[in-house]
Amino acid sequence: MKYIEEFRDPELAKILASAITAEADPNRLYKFMEFCGGHTHAIARYGVEDLLPNNIEMIHGPGCPVCVLPVGRVDTAVALATQNDVILCTYADLMRVPGSKFDSLIKARARGADIRMVYSVTDALNIAEANPDREVVFFGIGFETTTPPTAVALKLAAKKGLKNFSVHCNHVLTPAAMRAILGGHENGKAANVVLDGFVGPAHVSAVIGTKPYHEFTRDYAKPVVIAGFEPLDVMQSVLQLVRQVNEGRAEVENEYTRAVTPEGNKKAQALTEEVFELRDMFEWRGLGSVPNSALQIRPHLSAYDAEKRFPLDLPTPTENKACACGEILRGEKSPTDCKIYGNPCTPENPLGACMVSSEGACAAHWTYGRFRDAAE
Amino acid sequence: MCLAIPAKIIGLRDDGLANVELEGVIKEVSLDLVDGVGIGDYVIVHVGYALARLDPEEAERTLKLFAETGQAA
Repeated sequence: MKYIEEFRDPELAKILASAITAEADPNRLYKFMEFCGGHTHAIARYGVEDLLPNNIEMIHGPGCPVCVLPVGRVDTAVALATQNDVILCTYADLMRVPGSKFDSLIKARARGADIRMVYSVTDALNIAEANPDREVVFFGIGFETTTPPTAVALKLAAKKGLKNFSVHCNHVLTPAAMRAILGGHENGKAANVVLDGFVGPAHVSAVIGTKPYHEFTRDYAKPVVIAGFEPLDVMQSVLQLVRQVNEGRAEVENEYTRAVTPEGNKKAQALTEEVFELRDMFEWRGLGSVPNSALQIRPHLSAYDAEKRFPLDLPTPTENKACACGEILRGEKSPTDCKIYGNPCTPENPLGACMVSSEGACAAHWTYGRFRDAAE
Repeated sequence: MCLAIPAKIIGLRDDGLANVELEGVIKEVSLDLVDGVGIGDYVIVHVGYALARLDPEEAERTLKLFAETGQAA
């Protein structure tokens, strides 16, 4: 058991595909949202949509951290790197996300800013220790999976008494975004699309457990099936969603039991709680301003909070009006509905965030799905 | 970004780090976020941290579920 190939078996995929086709009611339409970019990527890469009957539509959700980061936050990253002579450390996904006026971190680096791609926040800590005369800022993005490592690094920085390390916190919360999609926030932008259920997050759920999703079955009557990121996991979860819809049920089911427990990773949760607190309001690309949907660094660690350390007064960010990322992140449009998809917006020349990360709906569709479009 | 890969722990170190192996590649990861894992366990690795232990029995059960779906259909 290596936990990878076994869950990509083509024969089992055929079995699951026939079961889904047999059980899906041909007289109705099923619209399921896969929240995570990881699922979007798996669906595109393994051609899962081709194995599903035509009346099951997979709608791509906003679970791609660089996709939901609004232009203003990208501008902040560029400004931090160019105005303050800092070493800005970031996960590679963020490098090519377009900010205002087509600027990005990769362009800022070409202009001479010291921006370093890191694999782990630990690398940023090491860079800080190796450069005691320079300020090092880690630009923290990501959902509940990526937050606990940032928490560990902040605690370690405090323990070591590092004076030149700080974190610009942009960590966001999955349940809040799901609630926003379903119209649960007054000032958020709800998706103008009726969903029949969610393929629930894989690794986010390994951290937060299955309990936070009961809100969606209880308050919104939407089934949630937590699924692993391999293609068979996605197909099994679609089958379970079809069954729930057919039987009029809305329950939280866990397909990814090999990694997800009801309680989740309590150690990671406790560390997150110790280091971060809820942010009153956070702006999401596509979802608008969503209350209690993101985290900020607690006051006892404010010395390590880059937002406090480097207050910036930036001009109002400007969005690329032609880009349909917002609608795509809400599930209202598919990548091919966007006027600039494929021309001129491609992964080599991304004009919108959804074309940057391999988990973005546009990048996934461009990389794997465009051949199917051509064949049709 | 939540993409994370299953890798096998092949060595434990005193500093809270472990060496994990995936298809012949050996990498150092932090065990700060997981308890009770040891050599031979598979963990999900995300941005240099082990996030969860993979449960072999549950994995077998899920694979069996896929196969049973076929018999039912």
